[in-house]
Amino acid sequence: MNRERTINIVIGGEAGQGLVTVGGLLSKALVRSGYSICVNQSYQSRIRGGHNTFEIRTGTDEITAPQEKIDLLVALTNETIDIHAGLLGTGSLTVVDAAQNASCKTCFHVPYKELANARSMNIAALGVVSCLLGLDEELIAGIVNESFGKKHPETAEENRAALTKSYEWTKANNSRFEKLPQAPKREGRLMMNGNDAVALGALAAGVKFYAFYPMTPSTSIGLNLASWAKKAGLVVEQAEDEIAAINMAIGASFAGAPAMVATSGGGFALMVEAVSLSGMTETPIVIVMGQRPAPATGLPTRTEQSDLEFVLHSGHGEFPRAVYAPGTVEECFWLTHRAFHTAEKFQGPVFVMTDQFLADTFRAVAPFDLSKYPAVRAGAPLDDIKTPYMRHRFTESGVSPRLLPGFTKHLVVTDSDEHTEDGHITEDLSVRKLMVEKRLKKMKGMMKETVAPELAGVKKADLLFVSWGSTKGSVVDAAAALKAKGQNVSTLHFSQVWPLVPEQFVSALEGAKRVVCVEGNASGQFARLIRRETGFEIKEHVRRYDGLPITPEYIIRNIPPPL
Amino acid sequence: MIYPTQPPLTKGRRKSMVTLNDYGQYETAWCPGCGNFQLLKAVKQALVASNLEPHQVLFVSGIGQAAKAPHYLNANFFNGLHGRSLPAATGAKLANPNLKVIAESGDGCNYGEGGNHFISAIRRNIDITVIVHDNQVYGLTKGQASPTSEHGFTTKAQPSGYPSETFNPIGIAVAMHASFVARGFTGMTDHLAEIIRQAIAHKGFSLVDVLQPCVTFNKTNTFAWYKKRCYELPKDHDPANWDAAMKTAYEWGEKIPLGLIYKCDKPTFEDNFEVLKSGSLVGADTPIETLNEIIKQYR
Repeated sequence: MNRERTINIVIGGEAGQGLVTVGGLLSKALVRSGYSICVNQSYQSRIRGGHNTFEIRTGTDEITAPQEKIDLLVALTNETIDIHAGLLGTGSLTVVDAAQNASCKTCFHVPYKELANARSMNIAALGVVSCLLGLDEELIAGIVNESFGKKHPETAEENRAALTKSYEWTKANNSRFEKLPQAPKREGRLMMNGNDAVALGALAAGVKFYAFYPMTPSTSIGLNLASWAKKAGLVVEQAEDEIAAINMAIGASFAGAPAMVATSGGGFALMVEAVSLSGMTETPIVIVMGQRPAPATGLPTRTEQSDLEFVLHSGHGEFPRAVYAPGTVEECFWLTHRAFHTAEKFQGPVFVMTDQFLADTFRAVAPFDLSKYPAVRAGAPLDDIKTPYMRHRFTESGVSPRLLPGFTKHLVVTDSDEHTEDGHITEDLSVRKLMVEKRLKKMKGMMKETVAPELAGVKKADLLFVSWGSTKGSVVDAAAALKAKGQNVSTLHFSQVWPLVPEQFVSALEGAKRVVCVEGNASGQFARLIRRETGFEIKEHVRRYDGLPITPEYIIRNIPPPL
Repeated sequence: MIYPTQPPLTKGRRKSMVTLNDYGQYETAWCPGCGNFQLLKAVKQALVASNLEPHQVLFVSGIGQAAKAPHYLNANFFNGLHGRSLPAATGAKLANPNLKVIAESGDGCNYGEGGNHFISAIRRNIDITVIVHDNQVYGLTKGQASPTSEHGFTTKAQPSGYPSETFNPIGIAVAMHASFVARGFTGMTDHLAEIIRQAIAHKGFSLVDVLQPCVTFNKTNTFAWYKKRCYELPKDHDPANWDAAMKTAYEWGEKIPLGLIYKCDKPTFEDNFEVLKSGSLVGADTPIETLNEIIKQYR
């Protein structure tokens, strides 16, 4: 990656000042203009006040990770200037309201009061930044109109005036900040964050039932699905609690509606008994786990990867599961889609693990070819049914053809108690043993479909980064930076963390001179999993657990000195 | 590959009437003399009287001796977690409104562990029937107090007497304008069967709280105790009269009223969902054009 061709924009201020609106509009404008983006949203668990930021790293080439160093700071409060002073370079610019009375070397004082009235301040700020970046004024105006034109037609005129005035003023007064290089033409791209992509992946997979209890950072998945429910013909229900949400989803799935729930640590803790129910009754369910720092309520709006072991071991007893951990927004889409097929095929719980960073990070993505992502069909075709029908019939693969209740005269019976092949409660201990084995057998089939980890770079690298989930982009970016300095670096990234298939990656681990595991938790949960499953001990680590996402700079700063 | 499609649920579709034989006879795990036997009999009678075939019915239950009841008849059956029969039943009903969904479990399951779901199911007015085996004690775990145990009721777990007040499910349900609230007694099987039949026929949430003795663990509220107190509501009791129903709901002690206590007609939860008007959610693929239309908003 050409590192000079990216600009990192940070809009900072209090909650309620509209920085997410400005950031969203600017992101959209950048994507439509052909640029790549990586958004990192940092906010506090409050509705008003505090200090929040909306960061956009942008450039002409693909951008995989956020960046700490700031090129363009839009400071809506003086506090923003103080907080970020250390991240500004000599070429950086800080856009401030002239009325803020701020003084800093990088300050660019904008007389907002002369350019816009109070209602259109944010649009004026957008005009200033757009001009600094060299974006087309008409394109910005179009996006502003799309967002506010319908809802607030009365503001259309003053918004337009504010935009033009601020754009023109900036053109006349900026002599320092160098605009973005011209972007290539890229038609039809989409802008979305991880949660949008999860919701779309579910929709493509044919989700018909979604129940939830709001919890950051997973909430917007449900908001998306609810907004499409009528059009797409699905039922979305805000349940009385997470226990109800997942039990409803399992009930719906048993009756034939592909079903999903999404939550975060504390909410998932409430769902755990039902994870086991899904395993026992062999009922498909997709569970999205948007991680945030814990224990307990933790840091509700920050990011972490500390629930890996929790998810791996969630639910009492032994039963198979699959755990996907998307590394990009695109992976959020296709791994969620895949999760539905895996859940239906192997009849049990399947997880998609994201985190606040991935959930909220907007990116430009190529449009999805939906013909490649067919919807799942719940239940088995009649050709597969042997009579007398028994819901939990023993089979070679461990998978028993699943009929849906009410669709034939065959009765569909299942039980959270240990059961016989026909689903009825049993204390026959020989049946118990066979049932345990039947359920666990499905793991073999799952392993045949495990998404292999992605090795980028040579097999015998001097330094191999190992990562999982949302850290993918930062690891790739850090490796590129080190390679640019002449180092021999490779990356091994896992987008599925269970079941693991050691043959897929052990040679890569063994071939590298140094292996460093990069993960967002304090105890090295993924490194521990690798050791448990392969015996290979990763001795060096980069870990982060202060609530912020792992950035390329963070990785490079924290690579341990050579042993 | 041929996937089954569902025949619409219409009464009297089958030429021959459904009989008790359709629902089978099974050996149970219950104590001799348990009220569950009469309750099971009443449920079967109600299903036959409703002319429902076994495959048209889905039982959902939680955990407890009561929750085992659906194992002892022929029907579709999802035996889920303790306290969670109502959410699972709600999900199943929404996925396929053509199913007759009956949640059957005990007082501990519905009013203790699942209390939040009980209240929420009433608020939703989801079209399911809830049959609660209410013997005022925990049977499966061998004799602890239940939410409906009487204050002062002594058990090994409450040796100084049950310290809480008794939960009144009928009172809560009527107070919340649940759309069908009834009480039965296993000592009056035909009466109970008729109440259950009406509950199944009712469109909306229907509660049938069934008083029954636990011959092993409840030596206070015995068969004779109930028999002495239970009486059928007089013919002039108007279940549409909420004030009268509230009064009836709090009648307990020397006299315990049985029958349909409160009933009102109102839209069901399913009525809120356009998509359910055309049938079930099962196998209804969203057209690719619709998906593309939705994706467009991300341009």
